[in-house]
Amino acid sequence: METTLIIKTSRLLRNPNMSIGMLLAMLLAGVTFLGGALVPHDPFQIDMSNRLQGASSAHWLGTDQLGRDVFSRMVFGAKLTIGLGMFAIVMAICIGVPIGLFSGYIGGRIDAFFMRIIDGILAFPDFILAIAIAGMLGPSLTNMIIAIVLVRWIVYARVVRGLVLAEKEKEYVLVSKVSYSSTFKTIRMHLLPQVMPDIIVMAAIDVGKVILLISALSYIGLGAQPPIPEWGAMLNDGRGYFQVIPSLMIYPGLAIMLTVLCCNLLGDGLKSYFDIRKGRDYL
Amino acid sequence: MRRILSIIGSRMLQLVIMVLILSFVTFLLMKVTPGDPIRAILKVDDVISTTAEEDRLMKEYGFDQPVLVQYSRWIWSVAQFDLGESIIAKRPVLDMIMSRLPATVALSIGGMLVLFLVSVPLGMLGAVYEGRWPDYLSRWMAMVGASIPSFWLGLLLIYFFSLKLNLLPVMGKGTFAHFVLPSITLGVAMAPMYIRLLRERLISTLQSSYIEAAKARGLRKERILLFHALRGSLIPLVTMFGLSIGSLLGGITVIEILFSWPGMGELIVNSVMQRDYPVIQGYILIIGFLVVITNLIVDLMYLMINPQIKQGKELG
Repeated sequence: METTLIIKTSRLLRNPNMSIGMLLAMLLAGVTFLGGALVPHDPFQIDMSNRLQGASSAHWLGTDQLGRDVFSRMVFGAKLTIGLGMFAIVMAICIGVPIGLFSGYIGGRIDAFFMRIIDGILAFPDFILAIAIAGMLGPSLTNMIIAIVLVRWIVYARVVRGLVLAEKEKEYVLVSKVSYSSTFKTIRMHLLPQVMPDIIVMAAIDVGKVILLISALSYIGLGAQPPIPEWGAMLNDGRGYFQVIPSLMIYPGLAIMLTVLCCNLLGDGLKSYFDIRKGRDYL
Repeated sequence: MRRILSIIGSRMLQLVIMVLILSFVTFLLMKVTPGDPIRAILKVDDVISTTAEEDRLMKEYGFDQPVLVQYSRWIWSVAQFDLGESIIAKRPVLDMIMSRLPATVALSIGGMLVLFLVSVPLGMLGAVYEGRWPDYLSRWMAMVGASIPSFWLGLLLIYFFSLKLNLLPVMGKGTFAHFVLPSITLGVAMAPMYIRLLRERLISTLQSSYIEAAKARGLRKERILLFHALRGSLIPLVTMFGLSIGSLLGGITVIEILFSWPGMGELIVNSVMQRDYPVIQGYILIIGFLVVITNLIVDLMYLMINPQIKQGKELG
């Protein structure tokens, strides 16, 4: 058991992108979970006598226009941004994957009907749709996440349905069918494990995409509202002070970039680990 | 001919489905959430809001009718090419969007130009030196490029070129200089996808027999690359453009906000904030139209470039 784990891990890490991604992930996780303990500042504590300070031993990354500790806000923002990104993807998977599985497996008119609708929605720019939904619901963190889930589940349904179509005529599925397994059981026992690797790879890359979406929506004011230290919202918040203290602009953006890069690297590494056909790009 | 008609037919069906569903979803969301445009109008007019005044406006805009009645009214007027009037600006929606369209198109063209200048050399570098360091460099640039938030890239460019070096204007539209930073931001943000695709296509093209034939005829390497291989690899990029018109129109929105570019993206965000729903509905319709028409043109172009596809499909 242990040896197979070691073999698997070493195979996983043979991909250089995977190793770098893992390293980056550990770094991010370390800062996120230990950072709060290292610098015990309250990310919401306003201190006007200490505003717009440079880096110091008390404030590692300086302070912002309201004298709040930038490092503490970044760490809090990391938990928020990464956590929300993962949450949104899990929700999108929970909605999209079952629909894709059933629609593809059952096939026929229901499937054709569903796919017409899904193709229609998919061709529309998801960012604009998210703006419209988030805006209609009212600018807030919760509503932004609802908007993102509503926009993203469709992609999973579409991809999973395509995979099921390719699998369902194969012998193992037919065997399960003729041995009186229920539709539900066949899908759960045979098709779901088959599409799992693709879902994992897609989810890894998608967390990055969603983080970009979250930060962009927050930046234009349709997501996290001040004083919440979401990274995109921090960039919006400090807009007027970049000329004085450019670090207010550098750090949150760098954090977004590194996190998304980490997701892309892990996704790429997992893709080659699961030996998923090259060039199959996810929407 | 039959094939062309069926392509047009299925794209038009896609447009209808898209617009019906999306406009209905936003319409419904608008109705089930608190806060309505009536209050927004009263706020704009600086009138002290009275219930009587609210009721009068509700009647005037038909907001007292059931949701489905209001929605079918909108559909009916759209069928007559009337997108209605903005509640806030009191101008026809179509005029408002059309007056913003040229700025967005201009920025898109600028962005495409930068996209071309960035992705073709990097994609070629990756393919020609496959597996060697220039390839790794181009792949890493694509990977990092795909991870940068576009608005942050724009902020960095503004900081260095406008604030530090004082070379280019920060925002607005007017001279050529105003085009530079937004176009670079847009082009670079879109480039990674194209770099990767061009590299993959070029690698497989370089292995095909007509390239071997050209080599055997003793043509120079650069000539083969530029005139034979690259041309053959550009066709998938055209298809790619059709597929990514959506992400172009989406991505341009943030960039327009960032640079205060007076395009359609700025209009939609402002309208969403004010819940000016005729504008939002009209915008969804126009964007859907642009996406589907672009895809239709790409479909038809593809058919013309490659008649084999046409024949093959019709035989099959």
